[in-house]
Amino acid sequence: MKFLSKFYIGLIFLILYAPILVVILFSFNESGSLSHFSGFSLYWYKELFRDGEALEALKNSLILAVASSLIATLIGTLAAFSIARAKSKRYQRLAEGVSNIPMMNPDIVTGVSMMLLFVGVAGILKLENTLGFWTMLLAHTTFNLPYVILSVLPKFRQMDKNLTEAALDLGCTPAQTFFRVELPSILPGVVSGLMMSFTLSLDDFVISHFVSSPDFKTLPLYIYNQTAHEVKFSMYALCTLIIVVILALLIAVNVAGSAGDSRMRKKVKKAQGVSVR
Amino acid sequence: MKKRSVFERMAAAPHLLWSAIFIIAPLLFVVYFAFTDRNGSFTLENILSLSSYSHTFVMSLGFSLIATTVCFLIGYPLAYCMARMSERARNILMVLLMLPMWISLLIRTYSLMALLDNGGLVSAFLTSLGGKKLTFIGTDAAVILGMIYDFLPYMVLPIYTTMTKLDKRYLEAASDLGCNNRQTLFHVILPLSMPGVISGVTMVFVPSISTFYISQKLGGGSFDLIGDTIERQFKNAVTYHTGAAISLVMMILILISLAVMNKFSDSGEDIIV
Repeated sequence: MKFLSKFYIGLIFLILYAPILVVILFSFNESGSLSHFSGFSLYWYKELFRDGEALEALKNSLILAVASSLIATLIGTLAAFSIARAKSKRYQRLAEGVSNIPMMNPDIVTGVSMMLLFVGVAGILKLENTLGFWTMLLAHTTFNLPYVILSVLPKFRQMDKNLTEAALDLGCTPAQTFFRVELPSILPGVVSGLMMSFTLSLDDFVISHFVSSPDFKTLPLYIYNQTAHEVKFSMYALCTLIIVVILALLIAVNVAGSAGDSRMRKKVKKAQGVSVR
Repeated sequence: MKKRSVFERMAAAPHLLWSAIFIIAPLLFVVYFAFTDRNGSFTLENILSLSSYSHTFVMSLGFSLIATTVCFLIGYPLAYCMARMSERARNILMVLLMLPMWISLLIRTYSLMALLDNGGLVSAFLTSLGGKKLTFIGTDAAVILGMIYDFLPYMVLPIYTTMTKLDKRYLEAASDLGCNNRQTLFHVILPLSMPGVISGVTMVFVPSISTFYISQKLGGGSFDLIGDTIERQFKNAVTYHTGAAISLVMMILILISLAVMNKFSDSGEDIIV
């Protein structure tokens, strides 16, 4: 039984990774063949960086991801704060429900609906070429918002409300209370919301596809354009680079996380030891 | 405390404004475009013309149902096996499961295409075995396989999460009361992991039924799923009215499916992973 389950896990993961490994392997292939590995070469990597378009797309992606995740984190944190503190349960449910719509809807519907908004408003205002960086920024912020709220809201709910009241009683203004008492205790949620937004924005293709113009291409849009008609080995090189970066980040986060965990465990043990004594 | 409540209301304002403009208004635009013609007057023409797309809807629904079912049949045992591993092994497997989820869908679909391409490794291997040249890209099976491959991790993760959170005492009680392994699985573990199954099914079904990239790449450009049709209507067509109507119908279709599914699950709570 144990052997069978190990075999099954191994088999499925092998299938899951086989295509990715093939791409990584053939990105180093000297010839442009998909079935025959003729020799190791970095030719496709040089090819990738030759026209500078890939680097431009990477730059665009990073700008967009930083900007949209920061705006979403700001708005989302404030929203989570007001949702958690609202007295009316109906308002809480409504606000959460509305912000979850882009998460529940298929991406293509979100993308198409935002495109219609931008095109429709541009039609009313008689503008042309509205699609571009700004529409992408608005769209990315919108689909990031629910994830920020989702990661910050539980922190507000877990927080001891007496702390807030104590701060207010001791003469803090509401703003001071927010920044000095509440923000520090919800910070882990804010950070994870920010990180999640950042990666979602970097990764998004479908929504961007509908609200973008050819002048402002992010990395996924660039990959899509490049792979539209033919197999391009320079794209294998790009995919390999992206996979390596993601793997490194994932390992780093995991190592940092488990290090943090064990530190936390030590602290807890220490505290327990003290109380026992 | 009064000042405080003013501050709390102010904090809600940006989000409410944002949701109204960028979530509610776009959906209203979809409805508006779906029910108007080129001159902006009300018409049912767009919705009625969808009957010519009924084949597309049926095919998309069929493909995504098959993909979701296969993902469940592969994913549930996988989650079950993973949950029974040692903690160390589980942590490693977790990273291995998350990694594909972080890699863009574009890249994963593209790499599957590299493997299955005519002239790729699989076809070269099969040709060397049987001699006959096989074309895989462009078939129904390739598109469904693409959906399964791309979305399998989204099925496994929620199921696995509910299984690891499962109270071990239930399992002990089941075996104390005379259940064998199989009975424990079907009468205890499966019902208790239903919330994970429901969210896994949702996370596979919704992107499968709305995909256009997978069918473009692995379907060899000859496929018309709902997603392809919508994409073409918005990227190439002159007017957006038909596209809006198709999007609206798809959205309603998905909402109905999700409602039906939630009815089948015992817990009425929404599950979001």
